[in-house]
Amino acid sequence: MSRWYYYKRKAVNGLMLSLSGVAAAVVLVPLLLIFFHTISHGIAIISVDFLTQMPKPVGESGGGMANAIVGTLILIGLGSVVGVPIGVLAGVYLAEFGENRFAHVVRFLTDVLSGVPSIVVGVVAYTIVVLPMKQFSALAGGFALGILMIPTITRTTEEMMRLVPHSFREAGLALGIPQWKTTLRIVLRTALKGIATGIVLSIARIAGETAPLLFTALGNRFWSTDILHPIASLTVFIYDYARAPFEEWNNQAWAAALVLISIITILSLLFRFFSRSRYEGQHS
Amino acid sequence: MIHTLAQPQLSVVNESANVQPQQNAAKMQVLHLSAYFGKTQALKDVSLDIMEREVLAIIGPSGCGKSTFLRSLNRMHEVAGGRISGRVLLDGEDIYQRDPVMVRRRVGMVFQKPNPFPTMSIFDNVAAGLRLGGMSNRSALTDVVEESLKRAALWEEVKNSLDKSGASLSGGQQQRLCIARALAIRPEVLLMDEPASALDPISTAKIEELIFELKRNFTIVIVTHNMQQAARVSDRTAFFYLGELIEIGSTETLFTKPHEKRTEDYITGRFG
Repeated sequence: MSRWYYYKRKAVNGLMLSLSGVAAAVVLVPLLLIFFHTISHGIAIISVDFLTQMPKPVGESGGGMANAIVGTLILIGLGSVVGVPIGVLAGVYLAEFGENRFAHVVRFLTDVLSGVPSIVVGVVAYTIVVLPMKQFSALAGGFALGILMIPTITRTTEEMMRLVPHSFREAGLALGIPQWKTTLRIVLRTALKGIATGIVLSIARIAGETAPLLFTALGNRFWSTDILHPIASLTVFIYDYARAPFEEWNNQAWAAALVLISIITILSLLFRFFSRSRYEGQHS
Repeated sequence: MIHTLAQPQLSVVNESANVQPQQNAAKMQVLHLSAYFGKTQALKDVSLDIMEREVLAIIGPSGCGKSTFLRSLNRMHEVAGGRISGRVLLDGEDIYQRDPVMVRRRVGMVFQKPNPFPTMSIFDNVAAGLRLGGMSNRSALTDVVEESLKRAALWEEVKNSLDKSGASLSGGQQQRLCIARALAIRPEVLLMDEPASALDPISTAKIEELIFELKRNFTIVIVTHNMQQAARVSDRTAFFYLGELIEIGSTETLFTKPHEKRTEDYITGRFG
């Protein structure tokens, strides 16, 4: 009897372990497929010219997407200018002063906002920025992307601030440090690495957005860094080139995808590098 | 664990602490202080004086209101959402009529668990109170940091590694760092909430020696679970039970000839 139980237990354990192991491996499959396809299609196209030249007119071969790379960076920058301060400050409020009805409403609405499809946010930005200005613009695109960043940053900031032990707040206050300085210079500083991760995640998300840009930044085949005018972006470039009837354009779309993924990876690494604690690695 | 207080320990009190309650004026006066958490009353109508440059120990079983009492003395009780009634005077002025930030610069605090700021170096930890309080003169800060670390008996151990993380120190060193951090703002009164209860016996002994040194310059109120510790370091002892002040007197008297039955029962280990 007991021997039978022993083998049964061993068997069930083995089965469940294999199932979860297989599931873990399956998680990697889509990511690997994406990397494999983007790199295999895109790598051959990437060259100095591709990174530094402008798109060529229809019918001419070659050309690059320098304007789209710069455009994407500008859009990420504008989005961050809108999304990071609002998100971080809202998160600070929710974490430090968030035990009232207003905060509960904000928390709920933040979750709702994170579920709003990005194309809807694009339409809203179109209505409140593009229409009054009578102009598609990078500004409108950045506005839409910034709104998309807010929920992620707000909730990560709140959660990271909550992870900071209460004893640090008390230590700060007991030293006669005013509450706002205790919050900013001690609690926020301690939570900074986690908050930076949240910001990177939200940047990675908006860097890949296409739909909200179609109504706002529009896209631009020419060089432009003017935030009051339409601006090119890698995602819209990919969208246009991937459905074009020319094979060379399709391949350039793959290359653009590869560049986009690389930009996101580099930004993540840079951000992690600059937000790491001075004392990381020293044991506590 | 119940502590029984045997005779030998009492003789330690007399020799090493040389207890002479000082005949100074009251540094702080607590008048009819009651403290609440929501509807729960944690402290009931406590009145006592804290003398200039004495060490006052607060003893009593868990939940007797010791910590709440201590935290009412620098307005930290309200940080945890509590409220009080009654008055607490510092040099004759009611601290509850003053700005809590200014009160806390005069009445410093050391907590039970060492809590150095993890993102700051040893230097920055000690300088934190002054720097975030608005002082930016680097050379003046350097002087204060050195002086505070010396007072906290930590200078010799860390003088060559002031740039290291405060969290890289041992538990006992971290607690002395926290004491240095509290001393750096030059408080007049130092509140210590079981400062040695998370430490090993050697670190505990160092903290106790330190308290003995510090009372030359500071008024100290220490909450402790450890009655031997109270006997070793304090001039006077107050016994709290169920939120009430049962008895306060010179440490020697309280431990040898307590007036109250409940005090005697507690210090002889019959309850608590």
